[in-house]
Amino acid sequence: MSIAIAMVLVVAGSILFHLLSPWRATPIASNWGFIDDTMGLTFLVTGAGFVAVILFMAYCLYRFRHVPGRRAAYEPENQKLEAWLGIVTTIAVIILLAPGLFVWGQFITVPKDALEIEAVGVQWNWSFRLPGADAQLGSSDVRYIDSTNSMGLSPADPKGQDDLLITSGELHLPLGKPVKVLLRSIDVLHDFYVPEIRAKMDLVPGIVTYFWFTPTKIGEYEILCAAYCGTGHPQMRGKMVIESEADFETWRTAQQTFEQSRKSDASRDKRASAQ
Amino acid sequence: MTDASVPQNVAPPPAEVPEVELYHAHSWITKYVFSQDAKVIAIQYAGTAIAVGILALVLSWVIRLQLAFPGAIPFIDANVYYQSVTMHGMIMVVYMLTAIFLGGFGNYLIPLMVGARDMVFPYVNMLSYWVYLIATLVLVSSYFFPGGPTGAGWTLYPPQSILTGTPGHEYGIILMLVSLILFIVGFTMGGLNYVVTVLQARTRGMTLMRMPLTVWGIFAAAVMALLAFPGLFVACLMLLLDRTLGTSFFMPSLVELGERKDYVGGSPILFQHLFWFFGHPEVYIVALPAFGVVSDLISVHARKNIFGYRMMVWAIVAIGVLSMVVWGHHMYISGMDPWFGFFFAVTTLAIAVPTALKVYNWVLTLWHADIHFTTPMLFALGFLVTFVNGGITGLYLGNVIVDVPLSATLFVVAHFHMVMGIAPVLVIFGAIYHWFPKITGRMMDERLGKIHFWITFLGAYAIFFPMHYLGVLGMPRRFYEMGETAFVPASAATLNIVITVIALAVGFAQSIFFYNLFKSLKHGAPAGGNPWRAASLEWQTPETPPGHGNWGKQLPVVYRWPYAYSVPGAPEDYLPQNAPPVRGERSP
Repeated sequence: MSIAIAMVLVVAGSILFHLLSPWRATPIASNWGFIDDTMGLTFLVTGAGFVAVILFMAYCLYRFRHVPGRRAAYEPENQKLEAWLGIVTTIAVIILLAPGLFVWGQFITVPKDALEIEAVGVQWNWSFRLPGADAQLGSSDVRYIDSTNSMGLSPADPKGQDDLLITSGELHLPLGKPVKVLLRSIDVLHDFYVPEIRAKMDLVPGIVTYFWFTPTKIGEYEILCAAYCGTGHPQMRGKMVIESEADFETWRTAQQTFEQSRKSDASRDKRASAQ
Repeated sequence: MTDASVPQNVAPPPAEVPEVELYHAHSWITKYVFSQDAKVIAIQYAGTAIAVGILALVLSWVIRLQLAFPGAIPFIDANVYYQSVTMHGMIMVVYMLTAIFLGGFGNYLIPLMVGARDMVFPYVNMLSYWVYLIATLVLVSSYFFPGGPTGAGWTLYPPQSILTGTPGHEYGIILMLVSLILFIVGFTMGGLNYVVTVLQARTRGMTLMRMPLTVWGIFAAAVMALLAFPGLFVACLMLLLDRTLGTSFFMPSLVELGERKDYVGGSPILFQHLFWFFGHPEVYIVALPAFGVVSDLISVHARKNIFGYRMMVWAIVAIGVLSMVVWGHHMYISGMDPWFGFFFAVTTLAIAVPTALKVYNWVLTLWHADIHFTTPMLFALGFLVTFVNGGITGLYLGNVIVDVPLSATLFVVAHFHMVMGIAPVLVIFGAIYHWFPKITGRMMDERLGKIHFWITFLGAYAIFFPMHYLGVLGMPRRFYEMGETAFVPASAATLNIVITVIALAVGFAQSIFFYNLFKSLKHGAPAGGNPWRAASLEWQTPETPPGHGNWGKQLPVVYRWPYAYSVPGAPEDYLPQNAPPVRGERSP
């Protein structure tokens, strides 16, 4: 008997918690509002299912609790009812799945005009690479990594010489322009995670992965790592700054190219050896 | 079935009884230590699983203390935290839940429920337990090696799991992999036993469609485990070679902390495929036995046949088959070909249909029932709430695009704890309260049992329900400390403290259960052979607890399904499976 009351309270408590909880998704800062909408739809459909099943059960527990003289009915099955429930459930699942797959189709279709940038993960910090004047990123490989080439760019690839290297962990992006983020890891699995843009993707050593989004809100956002990468995992942070096109251009022109960084490193080495 | 077609008092074949005599144990050692009796092996399995489960419970307190009071407890540093997370997860999933459902309940209940004298290969069955015990000891021994156990996370993803940025990379990871390999060897011996016993050793009249759903659940889980564990086996073996001999199955060229490693050409994603090819069926390897047990608990204590038995059986089979092709939903953001997302989202959400049908049938069993709120029944009902709650959040994580923001957050942690942590553990408690009288001949204390239920059920719900919302907020899992993070409000830390306090209380409340267990062993009220007035075969043994060989001189003969409750015209509200048919009876 008390279990029937407990179930009603669990349902009521869950709904109240859902409505009153201060812990909600962060304000969205990308084009992926559809993801939030699909999740909202899922909350409605599954929430209704949860409430219906548990309350029906609570009713049964109250109504058919043992009292002296009660005897249960004998009904091995009811194929009509079972088929009917199966159909309703299938429809509910399709209602959840169809929009989900539709949005996933968009998620994996990168706009042709997207700005290609690269995020590189290493235990335990982020660095970034933007294409230079040729609008193309040069090739890279871990075998090129040395003290003057921390991101492993191919020294021979002409496309890479003008690439902009950002090792401060602070990435700037222009507002409203689709960005394709190429993801590369030097050591272990990482995951480029900014809660406000909703999208995220693993960095896998040995291959280049990607995802895309369009920043829709000016501001500063924290970049976290969402794939456990060793004891320093929580400290692997970066900053993403979404700003106007003009501000972004100012920032971009101030960044060092691969060629420049090699030269300055080389001259520093020369000075060090002369001393 | 009509009266005329049923032979009465069928005698077993003459050779059958003397053959059993040969297997009787003749010394204390062979009876209680190196025993070949499935019932003793079951207790050994369950005892070991619960013991190591207590270790996992203590580790969960370490995790919770750190999350609530980061940095305040001196002995919890990042290494200890990640080691605790890893060991807690692996122990609970493999060494506790899998072992107790298949090795524990499987061993005890399969022979008794299908009317067999024992498992078909008793010696192999014994080996299965001892290899499992060694596997467990190897795992726990990693605490005594330099560097301690591995802190790679229970998924053991390479390259990180075997590199130096991870605690326990010296010995812990090697011991973990060796232990898993041993576990699988041990399980395979047991699993073959369970499957062959169900297929070959059922007594007369026990058709497949007259087996209790407990047996169906364990049987399907054992088949799945035999198919899925090899995936983990090869993954562990290859990772072990990568770690010890420097092969590159899963290791690409990489530079670790400024140092170029010799690995070349391996694929970290391949490991994930192999791991989850095991890992997802594993969820159902735990869930299907729980489904079966809960069906039987509800039916017995509601005095009503399980509703839609045939649908329940086919749902188990459908879930078993589908669960072999959904593993990729753990890898939506792993960097695998994104087109896989469509396939795995469809298969994953398809599995919701047979699962939902099972839930409906459990609930419909309560319709027009005669419900007794015994302790086992309360735990079964608690399972329904937590399972429905945890099941529907699976629809978020299975639906590929909704998974993208939620994956790797506390939403995932809350989901899988609700659905494959709390829900199966509630079933285990219910099952122990239910079958304890058969195992010991004594009842457990109902009042203590109910106190245990209320604290555990409401407490566990209060731990994991709010945790979903921290995940929606975006708080990542596997963070030793959140630190200063702009999007996380201070209230999240408060909620973490509340969760920790409840978790500690619920954890300590389990001592009520153990007190009850040990007290009832000696002082429980005598149970008699069939205290719940249950119809299935295990309650009809000539002795309680059942002796070696289970059935005395004569195997039982089965005349009907195990759910003949409240049959119209029957003198009592249950008809045992082996009771001769009553006139005009139409039981399946």
